Amino acid sequence: MRSWLGIAFALIYSATSGFAGPSANGPSRVVSMNLCTDQLAMMLAGPGQLASVSYIARDRRASAMAQDAMAYPINHGRAEEIYLLKPDLVIAGTFSTRATTDMLRRFGVPVAVFEPAYSLNDISDRIAQMGAVLGQDAAATALIALFETEIANISGVAGRPRAALYAANGYTSGQHSLAGQILEAAGFANIAAELGYSHSGVLPLELLAMADPDVVIATRPYERPSRSEEILAHPVVSALSRHPDTGEMRDADWVCGTPHVLNAIQKLRHLHSDTTSPEEGSE
Amino acid sequence: MSILRVRTLSVTRRARAVLRDVSFDVRPGEFVGLLGPNGAGKTSLMRAVLGLIPAEGHSSLAELTAVDRARVVAWMPQSREIAWPVPVERLVALGRLPHLPNRGRVPAKDQALVDTAITRMGLDAFRARAASRLSGGEQARALIARALAQDTPLLMADEPAAGLDPAHQISTMQVFADLAREGRSALVSLHDLSLAARHCTRLILLAEGGILADGPPAEVLTPELMARAFGISVWHKHTEQGPVFQPLEVLS
Amino acid sequence: MMRLMVVLSAAVLALFALSLTLGPAPVSAAESLAALFSDDYGPLTLVMREIRLPRSLLAILIGGGLGLAGAAMQGYLRNPLAEPGLIGVSSSAALGAVLAINTGVATGVALGLPIAALLGALIGVGLVLLLAGPQGGSITLILAGIAISAMAGALTSLVLNLSPNPFAANEIVFWMMGSLADRSMLHVYLVLPFVAVGAVILLRLGRGLDALTLGEDAAQTMGVNLRRLRLMLVFGTASVVGGATAVAGAIGFIGLVVPHILRPFVQGQPSRLLWASALGGAVMLQLADIAVRVILPARDLKLGVVTALVGAPLFLHLIYKTRKGQS
Repeated sequence: MRSWLGIAFALIYSATSGFAGPSANGPSRVVSMNLCTDQLAMMLAGPGQLASVSYIARDRRASAMAQDAMAYPINHGRAEEIYLLKPDLVIAGTFSTRATTDMLRRFGVPVAVFEPAYSLNDISDRIAQMGAVLGQDAAATALIALFETEIANISGVAGRPRAALYAANGYTSGQHSLAGQILEAAGFANIAAELGYSHSGVLPLELLAMADPDVVIATRPYERPSRSEEILAHPVVSALSRHPDTGEMRDADWVCGTPHVLNAIQKLRHLHSDTTSPEEGSE
Repeated sequence: MSILRVRTLSVTRRARAVLRDVSFDVRPGEFVGLLGPNGAGKTSLMRAVLGLIPAEGHSSLAELTAVDRARVVAWMPQSREIAWPVPVERLVALGRLPHLPNRGRVPAKDQALVDTAITRMGLDAFRARAASRLSGGEQARALIARALAQDTPLLMADEPAAGLDPAHQISTMQVFADLAREGRSALVSLHDLSLAARHCTRLILLAEGGILADGPPAEVLTPELMARAFGISVWHKHTEQGPVFQPLEVLS
Repeated sequence: MMRLMVVLSAAVLALFALSLTLGPAPVSAAESLAALFSDDYGPLTLVMREIRLPRSLLAILIGGGLGLAGAAMQGYLRNPLAEPGLIGVSSSAALGAVLAINTGVATGVALGLPIAALLGALIGVGLVLLLAGPQGGSITLILAGIAISAMAGALTSLVLNLSPNPFAANEIVFWMMGSLADRSMLHVYLVLPFVAVGAVILLRLGRGLDALTLGEDAAQTMGVNLRRLRLMLVFGTASVVGGATAVAGAIGFIGLVVPHILRPFVQGQPSRLLWASALGGAVMLQLADIAVRVILPARDLKLGVVTALVGAPLFLHLIYKTRKGQS
């Protein structure tokens, strides 16, 4: 099997340093205040173009590019601190605080708002959008081409084990979500579809148990416990998680619509072959 | 053999000496009226005797454990507290609580004592009524009946006659006098001097931080002591209908 | 009296059976109950034993405990407004639990979670008795309760907001309103000893509470050791409320509503009210938990919402009656 992990790293390396040059007509001082736009901006911005990323970009648990983010000053998404950075472009997500982006606009700062990626197809659109706002269209086009090649190279596999995505507070994700598409791309059948969830929603523990999936793919809990994540340690979830590592499977690669989802798909593919291999697949 | 023995009892409340070196005994068959002006320390004395508030000196009751004390003395406080709408019969039956090993049905012997107490206080018609919804006077009678049902050698009551109508004032005093005749004892604080004169076998007059006088009613209810303790003039005669006592006017 | 016990016990059992058959999974009542006792039903057995059974058991345990604690506190304070939720005992217990979870004590120390909640409840009860006291009227009791609830609630929010876990901040609703959703048998084993010990302590206070009907002085001269009674009450209540709150959050109003409704049936006698309220509390919490599952099955409606909708109007009625009694 090809190592997407290595390829993806190579890809990002080349993306950050190879494609992007100084932008002639793009903004020169860009502040990103959303985890996902942080990562796209870090991949596409030219040297010195990106002035600040959000503090979450440095959080290994949520950010696939935590190491890269150490090189940038961070912001906490407050209008005051962002304004004082004197940006000529602010990039925010649709879930960023409306009051903050409105205030920045009133101060005359241009704000570009990015939708989250809800599907693998969205990823190319977001890369293109980021290239456009940064004036790095060439870099974006190259990255999109690489990403789409890799996606197209994902081979079909035999067998579709039934998997459940289960996160804090009992949230599951259906086919119209990024996580759901990652799952499908790796060759799993999502039980959310059986149960009528097309988007994200609360899946009662009882229905999860009755669906009896082959694997439960859970989020990695934070070090400081919370009651919301307690459900992931419920005996029912433990009983369903036949593979010891699935409880921590869903990591930073799953969070944002970037080429890093390739890593997530690759790791899932390993799980897929474990699940369908004869000695364990007989279960 | 006295049922209550108090020696050099001193009570201090909020850094103020209320009573100093009070000594007295109560013997079986005595109905002792505790008299004194407002603030003389009648309630404090009784509570200190019972051991409910800290005091210096000795009181035979205060030295008992709570369980033993409950078999020697029944106490009816001045505040007529009935927290819940308990039927009168159950309220009176609470008096048997110190004598019964645990909850459950009241045994026949105890039920008989409860019935006697209810009848004595004229509460037969109220048995099933919620005690907390009775009138003030009826509540007082129910609480006296409760204390009677405790069936102890000594009964102590703080102003049991206050708020009763004349008939019930007299019959209540009669109940205490009857108990004394049966060989029990009662220590009762009173404001009504004429009731004290007619029914008590002995009076203790509290004033000036201690016992001003202690003896039979005729020796305590003298014009001199009344003038000194209450600042009033009195009329006190032994008539064919028994002793009659009437406060007259405030001395200037 | 016997009849009341029989009726309440029957209601507890009937609701227990009903509760076991309710859930999002579309399974018939007969099938689900059969799956509880047999291993042959695959995932349904897992659902019955690890999801529905603990939920129903916890409703009985916690409801019963809260009803009992309410009856005991009311008996001791001789005030129908005394209730673990209203006077801040539950919110102090929740603070203890939240602290234990966020400092890692809950996972690091065996029984760390319920013990921390118990300590929180202990401080809550202690403060109420200190501030309001047995002689204090309704006003002091309610004021003390408001102050303690507000303080404990604020500190709970603070702890949750300071947590580095982004989920924690959204959990204030659970701790304020309570829920039995997705608890497991582990939680049953966690609360059982605390509720059981507290219940045994509280149920033995009947005699003393009966005597207290006549006030402190009279009770003392009836052989009641008030100091011991108070100590037992504080520990019993803290143990029950602490255990309950640790796994289900602060569920209010049960300790208020249940004794109030049942008092006429036990002729106002505090000792009988203890038993009756324990059973009645189990009935009420089971009803509330069934209601949240039937009314909005998909929304994880919090229990406190239902109990408060029933309890708050009754509370206002009690305040109104108390005010009328004073004037």
